Formats: sequence, C-alpha cells, structure tokens
Amino acid sequence: MDDVRASFHSGKNGLGLFAQLVSELSSSTKTNDKLQSLVDYFATAPDEDKVWVIAIFSGRRPRRAVSFSLLREWCAEITQYPHWLLDECYHTVGDLAETLALLLPETKQQNQINKNLSHYLETFISIEKQDVSVRKKFIIDSWNQMNRDERFVFNKLITGAFRIGVSQKTIVNALSKIVDLSSSIIAHRISGNWDPVTTSFEDLLSESASVTDFSKPYPFYLAYALEEEPENLGEPNEWQAEWKWDGIRGQMIKRNNELFVWSRGEELMPDKFPEYFILKDLLPEGVVIDGEIIPAVGRKPLPFSILQTRIGRKNISRKQLQDAPICFFAYDLLEYNSEDIRGFPLHERRKKLEEIILPIKNNSIQISEIINFNSWSELAALRKTSREMNSEGIMLKRKNSDYKVGRKRGDWWKWKIDPLTIDCVMIYAQKGSGRRSNLYTDYTFAVKDGDKLIAFTKAYSGLTDKEFAEIDNFVKRNSIEKFGPVRTVKPELVFEIAFEGIAASNRHKSGVALRFPRMSRWRKDKTVDEINTIEDLKTMLEMYGK
Amino acid sequence: MDNLISFTDKGLYCAQGNFYIDPWKAVDKAIITHGHGDHARFGNKNYLCHTDTKPILQLRLGNNNYETVKWNEAIYINGVKVSLHPAGHIIGSSQIRLEYNNEVWVVSGDYKTKDDGLSGKFEPIKCNVFITESTFGLPIYKWKPQQEIYDNIINWINKNKENGKTSVLLAYSLGKAQRVLQAIKETTQTIYAHGAVFNMQQALINAGFNLTPVVRITPDTPKELLKASVVIAPPSADGTSWMKKFQPHSVGVCSGWMQVRGNARRRNVDAGFALSDHADWDGLIQTVKETGAEKIFVTHGFQSAFSRYCYEQNIAIAAEVKTQFEASPDLSEGEEFEGS
Repeated sequence: MDDVRASFHSGKNGLGLFAQLVSELSSSTKTNDKLQSLVDYFATAPDEDKVWVIAIFSGRRPRRAVSFSLLREWCAEITQYPHWLLDECYHTVGDLAETLALLLPETKQQNQINKNLSHYLETFISIEKQDVSVRKKFIIDSWNQMNRDERFVFNKLITGAFRIGVSQKTIVNALSKIVDLSSSIIAHRISGNWDPVTTSFEDLLSESASVTDFSKPYPFYLAYALEEEPENLGEPNEWQAEWKWDGIRGQMIKRNNELFVWSRGEELMPDKFPEYFILKDLLPEGVVIDGEIIPAVGRKPLPFSILQTRIGRKNISRKQLQDAPICFFAYDLLEYNSEDIRGFPLHERRKKLEEIILPIKNNSIQISEIINFNSWSELAALRKTSREMNSEGIMLKRKNSDYKVGRKRGDWWKWKIDPLTIDCVMIYAQKGSGRRSNLYTDYTFAVKDGDKLIAFTKAYSGLTDKEFAEIDNFVKRNSIEKFGPVRTVKPELVFEIAFEGIAASNRHKSGVALRFPRMSRWRKDKTVDEINTIEDLKTMLEMYGK
Repeated sequence: MDNLISFTDKGLYCAQGNFYIDPWKAVDKAIITHGHGDHARFGNKNYLCHTDTKPILQLRLGNNNYETVKWNEAIYINGVKVSLHPAGHIIGSSQIRLEYNNEVWVVSGDYKTKDDGLSGKFEPIKCNVFITESTFGLPIYKWKPQQEIYDNIINWINKNKENGKTSVLLAYSLGKAQRVLQAIKETTQTIYAHGAVFNMQQALINAGFNLTPVVRITPDTPKELLKASVVIAPPSADGTSWMKKFQPHSVGVCSGWMQVRGNARRRNVDAGFALSDHADWDGLIQTVKETGAEKIFVTHGFQSAFSRYCYEQNIAIAAEVKTQFEASPDLSEGEEFEGS
C-alpha cells in the first residue's frame, strides 16, 4: 500500500488510478479525506471507469466470475508454493485477494501496462460463460501487466468480493462537486436499475439526461440511535412515535402499472414475495412507499429469524407461505400521483399514506401504527414493552420534517431497547480478517451445561483495540490445541455478550441462535464458575424467541 | 557429541564455553547480538558485544562490565572460537559464530540482507548449524527496493507540506529511526524528534557516528515551528496526547508489518511504508542456502512455516525453537524499551 498512498496522482490512470483510490479510501480515517480522494478520482479518471466506480460503490459489484479456489490453484502453479504455505499466508493476511497479490511475482516496471478498469471488467463479463482455460489465460495475462496494488483490486473485483467503507452519501457528495446536479438528484439517478456496460457517464449524470427507469427507488432516509434522553428533543407533540420493526427496510413502487420492491441496495425478486403480487392491483398508480418487509400473522410481526429462513430459499414452500407470510409495514409516502413529495412535511405525507393504505384490507400490507403518548415518561414506559411486540424499540420522527437522503441527525431517531445479555466464557479463537488480520479477534463462547461447557455463539466486535491486543496475547499463551486456523483456548476469560434476539436453531448444538451478538463487556471480575448456563439461554428462548 | 548450543530456559547456551547468547534471564556471561530490548537485557554480570553496540547498551542498560570486539576478530572462550560478523539489522548488530572441534555454529540474531549504509553489510557465514530468526518468514513478505520506499516517504512528506500538514513518522527509536533520518535528511532543514528518538540519535552521534542531528520537542517548542514540519517518534507515541501538538498532521508508519493492509488499517494510520530491518522471505531462504548449513534451528517469527518449507524443499534439516525473542506483529519490530 505504501507506494500508492505516497505517489498520489502521479500520472497514473486506468486501473492504477482506481487501485490508488481504493488504497486511499481504506487508509484514510476522516470522511473529508475520503471525499477529497473521490473528488480527485472523479476529476481525473476516464468516463467509462467513473461509471464502473459509481456502480461498484453503489452495490452493483460485478458477479463473481471465477472462484477463489481456482485463483489459488493458478497462484500455486505460478509460484510453486505448496498449498499449506498458501493457507498459512492467507491466515496471516486475512484476505485471499490480497494474499494472492502479495505472493505473485512482482511485474517489472517496464512490463506493466495501464489499461482501464472498464477494459478488465467488460472483457471479463464477455468471457464469463467461456471455457475455464479462456478465463485462466485472461487472468494470468492480466496479472502479468499489473503491480501488487492493481492485482489486489483486480482479484477483489473478479471474485465479487469487493467491499469498501464508503457511504453512498460520500459518493454522492463527491459527484456533486464534479457534475452540475444537486445531491438528491444524483442520489436518485445512481439508484435503481442501470447497467454500467451500457450506460455512459453522460447518460447517468448529465443535466439533460432523462432515462426513464420506472423501477428506480429513492435513497432511504436512515435514523441515528438516540443517545440522550428524549426530553432533550423538545415537546412530545412535535414528534410522531412508531414501533421500530425488525425486518428488511424496503420500498414499494407502483409506476407504469407495474410493481417493484426494493431493499436497501437491490431489487427484490418478486417470486420470493408472492404475497405482494396482489398489491399491483390494490395500490394506486404513481406511488412509492417506504416501509419494512416483515413476516406477520394476524398483523402481529414474527421474529426476524423466521424471515431469514425464507430469504435464503430459492423456492418458497407452501408451508413457509403459511407459517411466515410476509407483510409490508408502511412507514412513509415518498411519491404520490407520480410526484416526488419528499419535501412535504411528515404529517402531510402521513395523511396521504393513511388515505392509501387504510382502505386496503389485505394481509400483505398494513400501516405502521402511530403510538399515542402525551409525555416522554409515558413513552418510556411503553418502550419497555417493545420486546413483547417483537419490536426493537421506538422510532421518533419530527412531524414537520421532510424526507432526507441517507443517515442524518436531527429529525429521525431510533430509540432502541437495551439488548439481552448473558455471561459466558471464551473457548475458541481465530484470527480476524481485514484490519484485524493476524490478531486473534474472532471468538467462540460457551455457557455451562452441567459440568461441561457448550458453545453457543461467536462474536467479533465490541472491544477496544487495546483489549483485543490483550486477549490476543492471552490466546497465544494459553492455546490448548490448534485445528487449522482455530485455537482451543483455556476457558478462563469471561465476557458479557449482548444480543438483539434469540431463536431456536437445529443447526447449532446449543439449540439457539442469537441475533447481532457482540461483546459488551469483558468481565474481568468474574470467573468461569459464575457464568450463565444453557438453562438460562433456554429460558430466554422461551420468553423472547417464540 | 553434545550440541555446541542448547536451548535452555535462560536462553541459548554454549556449555563448552559456559556463556549465553542474548539470554532472557540474568547470567554470568552474555554475548549480545544487538541492542534491542528483547536481545539485550538487564542484569548480566559480563557482556560481550560489538564495539558499536556498546554505546547503545550503555544508554539503555547503564554501566556494566562490557567487553567489545570488532567484526571478524576471533577470541577463545574455554576452547570455543568466538567471532562476530555483520548482521545488517541495526548499528552494531552481529551474527555470532562459534567453532569447536571443527564444527561451526552461527546464531543470526536479527538480520537484514540489504545494505542500509549504517549497519554494516550482512554476510552469510559458512557453517554446519545455523540458528536463524524468521520474523518475516512467509512469502507474502518480499520487500521493495529500499530506494523506492524512501522515495515514497519523501513524496508523502512533500505532499503533506503542500497541504500544511505535519508529517509524523513512527519508527522504532533504535534502528529504524536512524535509517529513516538518513533517507529524508535532504527534505527539510530541521527534523524534530520525540525524546526517545532524540536520546538515541544523540548517544550515537556522541559515540562518533556521522548521523543527522535532530531537534528535541519539548513542552516549550512553539507550535508554529512544528507546522508542516517533519517529526520522528517511536510507535508508542501514537494516540497519546503528545501527538496533539502537531494538528493538523498525517501519521506514517515505517515497518515491515505495513506490507499487509490490515495492519495499517488496524492502527488507523494515514500511510504505511513497508520498510523493515529484517530479511524478507527471499533473504531468509537465500541466506540459509548460502550458509551451507545442513541443519537449521528457526527462532522467533513464522518458525513453523519457515522450518517446514526448508525441510520439505530439501534446503536444510530444520527444527523450530521457542525463544523469548519478540516477533509479535507489533509495529516496533522489537520491544519498546524506552521511557518518554
């Protein structure tokens, strides 16, 4: 990474420029620096590459065109390193694309060829269906033209594993400095269905461009967690309160007499949610509704784990349709009579939303109900009942607020309930990936089961870097056995695990699966004898998981 | 016949000569490869080291009974012929060669095969048994030419200057700091330093090394002077309130561990420069081959992978050894030994 960070925009172009952008983004710690890197990139990169970068950063990464195991195979062939050594390297680096980039022999400067990012991606798409020998030749030839950093991004792209920590908001802000359009228009233009192979930068972002894509959703408005007391928000009557539902945030769009359903980032396959078919006939023309995709029986939401069992399936069985019917909980109205009404105040949008939803008597859609309250203390008491409602807490929305783009402070807040917690002991440790590569940061935890310990969850987050370093040290000194990358650790360190939900699971030996488990505290004050038991978990399952 | 060197709970021990090499517990006689804290520890009665290592030990361990030798100068300890040879790791760093009954053992200490112009040029020594470090003993660690890395550091400094930012380079105060300072001395008139770096640099200058002087940062150093300047500090200074003096700044780390992106990201640094004072994979393999050793012992680092590879590829019969030398994936490539 050093050369990229340091050489800045020194005459690089094509893939090299992109690799440099990726390096800058992943090592800069401040949003402003990231923004500047993106602005610099968009100001210098060729148009055909810009389109791809927008596509990649807005979740349209290219499909995986080659498996990691094939790449690994070819790398072993080129380097002549034994497989176990490649594995060892991978466990140290924590990222296979990077491992391969580091292992392949460096291409001499004079042999490096600087081609466009679009060249590699589009060639790749064009040979996607061809014989593996064709793809192999293309990949090895490409490797031979690239330096280490270029290979890294190339490997990431062709394996469909590309992720980078830049919010859509930052991309939009960077673009708004390059093209003469407002941020909200840019955000809308780059969402929806478009293909970077056939769309030019001009098509996407020129002032005059008006490609009609009826399926295009609006960017979601996202809330921050409320960290202070609600009293600080002012008068209760300025606020609308709703339950915070735990499903998939979605947009339902009816335009041109067609129905589209979007989650954040992708259009959802209609065949996965057959319950919604009927809404095409029940909803008026020209509306976009923001809401939550959630299973519900008799209008009462079911736990998220039930939705999860459905999302994964290719085909939905009749039993699933019966046991976990999907409903759409409508939160907000963004488009009405084919007109963008995001600038209207919430109370007006809500009124129109009620006019549309309330007359529809169908189990596949319902309005997210408003919670009546007169004082903050009254609402606080109601919030305590959230878990019984299968809700995660309360949403607070300012009644006169417009519908904003992305995560913004001020008008929308999520006021979540405290998580469930359990004390347990660490029994396995594994090295992390990405910024935690080479440190033991991925742990498995156990509770007591009689005299024995039984594993019940993994957790990776919640501790400070300092604590991770301390535990890493403990793991290295207290390993009992080593199974590949996993170490069995002396059961000694006790942690409090916080989680949002619990569900029965027959895939886990403990019989339970937790939602969003993380380490909330390292209980240095507790010993293994004082941890919770499998019975405690089962009691929680009985109370909250059914 | 007994092994010339055995691995004991106090460290590497030569029974015939009754001395230790880089022991981690106090002993009567210790031969020291170099001045880093995990190799040169307190409390030994007698120290034997290279002439250039002595001022470093004096600074860090105080006054002790030090005996010094030059490279290639043989001495005899109870019949064991002992000589020191350049290891190229830091100033004074040496490999220890032992010869007894026509058998030659070499302890590498820490080493780097590329000449940094300060530490002496590493030379592989023919031997029967070679005890080698393996800090970077995986093939993902292959260093770029040092001039290329220096150019990158200099470009980064210039870019920061343009943006009005202070360049804070984190480098271990003994070894890396001297090397980086030599590389960047032309970029700016004055280079500022943390007390730990200053003390070491000054001690070495006083001992007669021709090094770039640095200016110590004290609470009285005016903030304006430091604006857009270049500062060298040990890795331990990162994240402390001491760094606040330099806002706005950009932090660069010079360490072999920066080869892997995750390490740089974990530290939240702005720039990572994979500049190491250890041999890379190719350097380690090459060295083992050039020593001609039929048997090697692999210490601190990726010892299990490196010894397995050497054995499988018929490079040498290899065994891994546990020591208390540090090869943790820390940025310092050695123990932090200094105070402030």
